[in-house]
Amino acid sequence: MKRTTISLALAALGAAGFSGFAQAQAKEQYVPHNYYWVGPFAPGGTGIAGGAIDYLNMLNARDGGINGVKFTGDKCETEYNNARGVECYERSKNKGPTGATLIHPLSTGITYSLIDKGTQDKIPILSVGYGRADASDGRVFPYIFPLITNYWSQNTAKIKFMGTKAGGMDKLKGMKIVNLYHDSAYGKETIPVLDVQAKKYGFQVTHIAVPSPGNEQQAQWLQIRQINPNWVILRGWGVMNPTAIKAAQRAGYPREKVLGVWWSGAEEDVIPAGDAAKGYIAAGFNVSGSNYPVIQDIIKHVYAKGKGEMEDKSRIGSIYYNRGVVFSMITAEAVRTAQNRYGKGQPMTGEQVRWGLENLVIDEKRLKELGAVGFMQPLKVSCLDHEGGGQVKFQQWDGKQWKVISDWISSDQSIVRPMVEASAAQYAKEKGITPRDCSKEK
Amino acid sequence: MLYREAGQFRSTYGEDQQIFPIRQDRIAIGLLLVVAFAVVPLVANQYWFAAILTPFLIFGLAALGLNILTGYAGQLSLGTAAFMAVGAFMAYNFELRIPGMPILVSFVLAGLCAAAVGIVFGLPSLRIKGFYLAVATLACQFFVLWALQRFGWFTNYSSSGVITAQKVEIFGYVFESAADKYLLTLAIVAVMALAAKNLMRSETGRAFMAVRDMDVAASVIGIPMMKTKLLAFAISSFYCGVAGALYAFCYLGTVEPEAFNLDLSFRILFMIIIGGVGSILGSFIGAAFITLLPILLSVLFGTVSHLTGFEIPHAWLSNIELIVFGALIVFFLIVEPHGLARLWQIAKEKLRLWPFPH
Repeated sequence: MKRTTISLALAALGAAGFSGFAQAQAKEQYVPHNYYWVGPFAPGGTGIAGGAIDYLNMLNARDGGINGVKFTGDKCETEYNNARGVECYERSKNKGPTGATLIHPLSTGITYSLIDKGTQDKIPILSVGYGRADASDGRVFPYIFPLITNYWSQNTAKIKFMGTKAGGMDKLKGMKIVNLYHDSAYGKETIPVLDVQAKKYGFQVTHIAVPSPGNEQQAQWLQIRQINPNWVILRGWGVMNPTAIKAAQRAGYPREKVLGVWWSGAEEDVIPAGDAAKGYIAAGFNVSGSNYPVIQDIIKHVYAKGKGEMEDKSRIGSIYYNRGVVFSMITAEAVRTAQNRYGKGQPMTGEQVRWGLENLVIDEKRLKELGAVGFMQPLKVSCLDHEGGGQVKFQQWDGKQWKVISDWISSDQSIVRPMVEASAAQYAKEKGITPRDCSKEK
Repeated sequence: MLYREAGQFRSTYGEDQQIFPIRQDRIAIGLLLVVAFAVVPLVANQYWFAAILTPFLIFGLAALGLNILTGYAGQLSLGTAAFMAVGAFMAYNFELRIPGMPILVSFVLAGLCAAAVGIVFGLPSLRIKGFYLAVATLACQFFVLWALQRFGWFTNYSSSGVITAQKVEIFGYVFESAADKYLLTLAIVAVMALAAKNLMRSETGRAFMAVRDMDVAASVIGIPMMKTKLLAFAISSFYCGVAGALYAFCYLGTVEPEAFNLDLSFRILFMIIIGGVGSILGSFIGAAFITLLPILLSVLFGTVSHLTGFEIPHAWLSNIELIVFGALIVFFLIVEPHGLARLWQIAKEKLRLWPFPH
């Protein structure tokens, strides 16, 4: 009995490693779903995974895929753990007729671990709204796409938002801003850009670290109360967010002055904080709500047939779910762009999809066709600029739902771009990479 | 029948004292090395190299390091991941700051840095024991990560505090493919495991075990407490440091300090508890159990639900994996509290009598 179990297990493991030839001729586009469904970050992971997979299934059901090429994929549990993320990547990269199309690692740590591997294997690594900010310089990072808005851009948009609230950027002079951050690579990313902005606009910034996971913040909020800042930027993740909001209430700090990043601005972040979260503001590169045509199509073509990823149907249209839909819209549009050049109705390789991503244009007209006007921002990616968007909306929690309180606010590329280029150049020097010449790219 | 030492006579001290006194053991180890060095590179593919074998070897080495300290010298430590972090970040810095630095020398120097940190944080072991010492080594875990995140020098002032390992080049040959990196890791791990095996048979090793079994008695018979305990910390940290450097250079390529958190220290501690405390082999069995079993379960469950067409929501599947994994740990600890290495030892003893047990 024991022996059969073991041999079965070995056979399965072997099959996972060596398979991939089985469906060599099929017209399929293989997209791995390497997300996480367990662990402390599962609330985010399940929502995004659900949205991302549902959208691709909706395309398969509604349009028969992209020009007849259907999307397939397997799920792989990364547990938000670097080692497991790498294992999932290695497992999935050679499956399907053309190998993995692209990967959404959905973890800044895993993104870092995959930068070398993806570049070597010619598989694009998409870190939509997270990951390494300086990878926006596509000359140094040909296969890495921190799309829509990187952390630095988001941060400049936040300062702009504060400026408009105060009635002009010159009013920021003399203001006090606290940057309350998760003590990790993710949390620390924005410190340099905030320092640069503080010098430029003449505000005073204090960086306060919260040790991971962030469920203990009394000392930090005591310090904030002593500083009594005009704004607190909350750069949290997971359990740190509701804790911060509750601690703010206890410290008597108005939540209308707490500004969260987009990994602090989902339903899962505010509902546990209860009443304390009322008035709390957070950034977002997508909005919540299920009354967009694209979400309605998912409900009609996937859920109405008894399929779909979300067990809790009320989460369809939540911030994280919609973010997953945005992820997959980019995946699908990149494949479509690649097909337009390399052959319609053919499965695309990672290298071809990389071209598709680099020439991706999602304008207002295209957004209308996708049924996503106002759902996400227009996007235009290039060899030089792997970010493509750079705009942020702000939303406020009213106790029941997120209300959008601003238009798309653009980032300040005059600050971000030189920093991105300097940081990418340092990376290139360390690694001995010669940056590409974008004028020679076709 | 196959595994019997009858007829193997030892006529010299050398023969009596060799690492594997039984001929069959020598053959088995030789075969294992031949398979690992020659056969595996021919048959395995990139998935096996990059996702299964290399991490297994690296975690095995880290577990071996902890086993020297905890299993042989009896000093409980929760700072393993911190020593690995020191190794990873210092190897990066040696490569970065000294032009033309040979990579293997960086690894050794990184290991020595980890050893130095180990000695400093091993000092409390002179006064406190057991769980209290574990708490003291916790300080090391937090202090090292704090220092790596706070002082920009360690990460070459990278804005996100992340380092990217440089190219691995030895005598002009660049180790780039997954198979190359596997072979490099294997060579280092094999040499260090052999060194550990030898060390434990030496006077130093016996002193470690004497301290572990009863430190008062050990000091009475003339074993210097301070030297022995600090040496145990130094050697153990050296192993962990080299494992950390391999983790950065041969496995992930890019690492953040957060990757070496307390969670990793606990995982390595579980590896030696499950594999076998005070056993070289146990370190590797434990590493295999903790790193590979979850992957095996995930593949197995995926295949089963694929073949049978039995659809379960993936979130359930992920949770069931964790439950089964936990249950297996409990099962093995009940069946064999001394670890899986002990099971292997029992099997060997039975094999000696087979097929005529008396």
